[in-house]
Amino acid sequence: MIPELGYGALVVGVVLAVYGALAAAAGAHTGRPALIESAQHAALAVFTLVTACFLLLAGALLTFDFSVRYVAQQTTLGTPFYYRVTAVWGALEGSILLWAWMLALYTLIVVVRHRGERDLYPWALSVMLGIIAFFLLVMTIPAPPFQRLLPVPADGRGLNPLLEDTGMITHPVALYLGFTGFTVPFAFAMAALMTGRVGDAWITTTRRWTIVAWYFLSLGLLIGGWWSYHVLGWGGYWAWDPVENAAFMPWLTGTAFLHSVMIQERRRMLKLWNISLVILTFGLTIFGTFLTRSGVIASVHAFSQGSIGAFFLTFLGLVLLSAFGLLAWRWDLLRAQGELDGILSRESAFLLNNVFLVAAAFTVFFGTVFPLLSEAVRGVKVSVGAPFFNQVNVPLFLSLIFLMGVGPLIAWRRASIDNLKRNFLGPVAIGVATAAVLHLVGVRSALAVLTLALALFTTATIALDVLRGTRARLRTGAGVVGAVTSLLLRHNRRYGGFGIHLGILLVALGVTGSQAWSVQTEATLKPGQVVELAGYRVRFDGLSAVQESTHARVVGTFTVSNGGGAPIVMHPSKKFYPHEQAPIAGVDYRMGFREDLYLVLGDFARDGSEATVKALVNRLVSWIWIGGLVLTLGALLAIVPDDKRA
Amino acid sequence: MTAGRHAKFLVGGAVILLALGYLIYAGVTQSAVYFITPSELERAAVAGRAYRLGGMVVPGSVHWNSASLDLDFALTDGKARVPVRHQGTPPDLFGGGRGAVVEGTWTPDGYFKATLIMAKHSESYQAPHGDPSSAGYREMIRALQRTDAR
Repeated sequence: MIPELGYGALVVGVVLAVYGALAAAAGAHTGRPALIESAQHAALAVFTLVTACFLLLAGALLTFDFSVRYVAQQTTLGTPFYYRVTAVWGALEGSILLWAWMLALYTLIVVVRHRGERDLYPWALSVMLGIIAFFLLVMTIPAPPFQRLLPVPADGRGLNPLLEDTGMITHPVALYLGFTGFTVPFAFAMAALMTGRVGDAWITTTRRWTIVAWYFLSLGLLIGGWWSYHVLGWGGYWAWDPVENAAFMPWLTGTAFLHSVMIQERRRMLKLWNISLVILTFGLTIFGTFLTRSGVIASVHAFSQGSIGAFFLTFLGLVLLSAFGLLAWRWDLLRAQGELDGILSRESAFLLNNVFLVAAAFTVFFGTVFPLLSEAVRGVKVSVGAPFFNQVNVPLFLSLIFLMGVGPLIAWRRASIDNLKRNFLGPVAIGVATAAVLHLVGVRSALAVLTLALALFTTATIALDVLRGTRARLRTGAGVVGAVTSLLLRHNRRYGGFGIHLGILLVALGVTGSQAWSVQTEATLKPGQVVELAGYRVRFDGLSAVQESTHARVVGTFTVSNGGGAPIVMHPSKKFYPHEQAPIAGVDYRMGFREDLYLVLGDFARDGSEATVKALVNRLVSWIWIGGLVLTLGALLAIVPDDKRA
Repeated sequence: MTAGRHAKFLVGGAVILLALGYLIYAGVTQSAVYFITPSELERAAVAGRAYRLGGMVVPGSVHWNSASLDLDFALTDGKARVPVRHQGTPPDLFGGGRGAVVEGTWTPDGYFKATLIMAKHSESYQAPHGDPSSAGYREMIRALQRTDAR
């Protein structure tokens, strides 16, 4: 019963979404409110139908309805409750459903907030419904979540055990909230082009949407790194894998967009650029899905293949063609009113920031599709791996960290020598002093010294700004706490931005530390034998085996001592799943501010007489996750409604 | 915008583009990895060039020294056979008769020095009941539980 209901709901959903898109467009064009109202009803109905599909799939998973192919693939009778819930988006079909549901939800929120408006909103509604129609169509043809499975099996195959992790509950949700979130600014940008109202209205309307989307995308990337770090057992958090790159590219262009809109708001410049960036960002979210789901690029993330790639590529083509077509049509309206006055100005700092971010996005794109290019052009399969991405992006990211310090403080239009001195003399001195101290204490990695010096420079600019603002408020007689609070709340966008910058700097600290100073070793030990690494003594005590509900587990016991403190016992393991070809690593690690100790159990003798263990000391990695928390606080501050405008 | 300032921005933009072009060019030339098969490697191996070699692990060719962590095996595509050496534990899916992709360089001493081994596995693999490999792990678990009890 569930498959029929679900499939029916999807088909009705496609029809209603298409109708709603057309009705909203017609209403916008003719100015007939009744049509727009009808489109709003369609949006509500679509949301209800997609929600129903979501619940139907969740119901099928919870009741082990193995007549649904998706359920049989994603669960077994032993799958615990919460992984049956998260299995809704555990694979392709369900993740498209989640995507469509979020789009429908966002559309509904747009309707609630803007209904009655007559300028941009009807067109934006039309665009959003059109995009939903595409995703619903995908679920009726190439990626049907409600496909039947005959004969009905007695038990299912089960979720990929790597995905049985709390990170997998939140990672796709955050990522998709980010991806779908950029649909809203895109839809309003298209509305701006349709109506010819290409001023700031579409930007101010969607400003908070953009920050929210950007924040969730950042969070999704960070949780992905966290999952990789504590589940995959290679000690890293980022591998420049095509799937990671697919999510990183829209993050880069989205970050550029977040900054460039400020120039348009303030100086009426970059109209063309901003619309292009939002088209690019939205396009990249679709491209990412195409890249990862079509199988054109081999990836460690093994996903299914099928006709879905063609669907997404066609849709991407249509989107880019129509969006840039509209852009060309409105070309005359998009000329800038403001002009760039001086090379040393906030405008040019932001402009450079945009150039570097888009350049980074381009290099990631280039590196990701390089195997396709080289095969097409030269007939040989050549790929570029992590070294390429690191080599090309590190200079860009370092420049961006520098600009992160310069941009928010340098004067608009044209910075005088005086302005530069007042704002940057102190921070530059701090940066230089950092470099000198690091050199003196024996840090020999030039890259680490440079990164940390730049990060400290930027931190100092932020501190300087907060200090100045607080001092100004203290003079009015407020207490310190009151002064800082009122400063942060009064200029919440600015200080929220600073909070996000600090978060990024902490992430940079973690990345630098782990790249420059991590060490690892590997050894085969008999019980009682010890391997030493960076001051740690790791003693192998023995192996044991445990049978769990879904898998069996071979557990190593290791006693770790580090100088003075009491020794700790760690248990890296290997998990054996009946349906998997190979065991899965169960990493054990101890996190710390300075470093993490990370143990991975390798090969072992079946009688427990010896085991190979890989020990890693990963330096400063925790700061990446702390950076994520700081970034969250900053983003929260930035999206608080401004009290000035309220 | 005055003509002079315009020129400055053009020059600045050109400098950035050139620098970016150079970064990409240098990055590609230094980190290009060539995908090849054992026969292609046998025909034209360039010592020192980075390769990604894919093939099947020749059954019975795997020698693993757990004390020194040295792993030796041969990869084949049915026509040619390439000796491979690696330092470190093989990945879990690795084994004779299975597919594997190794990354590394061809050495003048006549073997492929692997820095990374990726064992291939199909996404839709489903172990049939009574699969020897799963029987193997059950027996191993039992063996370990016995040692545990002692």
